[in-house]
Amino acid sequence: MNKVLPSLEEAIADIKDGAVIAIPGFFACGVPRALLQALIKKGTKNLTLTCGCGPLLGAADELKQLTLNGQLKKVIDSYGLFRSASKGMQDPFEQAIRAGKIEFEVYPMGTMAEKYRAGGAGIPAFYTPTGVGSVMENIVNEITDKRTPKETKVINGNKYILEYALQPDYAFVHAKYADTEGNLRYSKTARNFNHVMATAAKITIAEAENIVEPGKIDGDDVHTPGIYVKRIVKVERPTFAITID
Amino acid sequence: MSPTKIEGLPREMIALRVSREIQDGMYVNLGIGIPTLISNWIEGKDVYLQAEIGMLKTGALADGDDVDQDLINASCQAVTALPGSSYFDIAESFGMIRGGHIDIAVMGALQINVRGDYAGWSNPSRGLFVGNVGGSMDLCAGAKKLYIAMEHTTKDGEYKIVNELSYPSTAEGRVSMLFTDLAVIDITPKGMVLKEVMPGLTPEMVQSVTEPKLIIDPNCKEMEL
Repeated sequence: MNKVLPSLEEAIADIKDGAVIAIPGFFACGVPRALLQALIKKGTKNLTLTCGCGPLLGAADELKQLTLNGQLKKVIDSYGLFRSASKGMQDPFEQAIRAGKIEFEVYPMGTMAEKYRAGGAGIPAFYTPTGVGSVMENIVNEITDKRTPKETKVINGNKYILEYALQPDYAFVHAKYADTEGNLRYSKTARNFNHVMATAAKITIAEAENIVEPGKIDGDDVHTPGIYVKRIVKVERPTFAITID
Repeated sequence: MSPTKIEGLPREMIALRVSREIQDGMYVNLGIGIPTLISNWIEGKDVYLQAEIGMLKTGALADGDDVDQDLINASCQAVTALPGSSYFDIAESFGMIRGGHIDIAVMGALQINVRGDYAGWSNPSRGLFVGNVGGSMDLCAGAKKLYIAMEHTTKDGEYKIVNELSYPSTAEGRVSMLFTDLAVIDITPKGMVLKEVMPGLTPEMVQSVTEPKLIIDPNCKEMEL
């Protein structure tokens, strides 16, 4: 089936207020920037964005817009704040977190990765050694009364933390190539969270720099099989400043 | 009371000293900060750098026409690929990390204690309960050896090597070696063993800027740089 839609607007038309959306990208690398811009234009509110490693620091203009428009309810990430505390104080997103207007929850990056992998693979939860002995044995959220303990278990003499899978309503992914049936191929380190998020979400929407006929991506070169992808839109290659502050 | 600060080696020299521990054939992950500088000192060695973004065998930093926004390391620097480089997705990357396949991870730190617990992800002075944890805790959980490379004291000369952490910990009991601008310290079940000092320093001078009592190795020597 041809999954290509003519516009970003149509690709996200059914996203309602309160949706949970996975945003891949590692700082400025592999971020679905055009879909984020479409989301700003649409004005959907009360959003939860589940990330992995600072895609909203990479798409800084989009984060600023989403924040100032009051579209965000919650962000989940492993690395979502400016490195520099003084720059953070000037950042509308961090200011909104400090003011309790946006909820911000933190997990280790590998735990985020596994939350999506498990979510896409029918595993409801998993035990991980990551974070044992640290405050990550609790839910780490800027709203302190949400800092509730996670379950732990000793297996073969070592302690592990129980973490739950994530199955967002939507995933926005960015691919270098898509075929019209939804097979995706990413570029280099821009793959990062794109594949696992595509598997985890109920509806995955791919923006692709190139759309080709089936067969043009060799079966051996497909990174995300089309079964995970519902909609595809052609976008221009985004440009990013490669930096974090 | 803060100890009297001692001016130490530049950050590049800490990185050089750590690089001596990295042997041919090793798979190594370098954290943000001083650890990133280690990559400048392993040229010519047969070492594989892992970047948790999803790459093995990262090459030198890219500049000019070589810069590709689809090719960065975990410190968000544009890098180059090498013959034999590979890319993979993030679940694979962290499976590799937690699964015990990385020989050495080198991280920066805000504080470290005598038991090898360290704090590096959240500075409470920022006034937030949350911080940027990134992949640090996964590396601590999974790397075969965890080293810390950091300045011995804060800019104001306060202890960073402490009896008890006052910052939120990244991992407990995982660090086996500590490299600073003043010293090389082994972390053992018996305590912190001072192995090397910056040229011109005595063990007593290193002790004066270190809160826990150091065990002075009988063969304690000056760092060779």
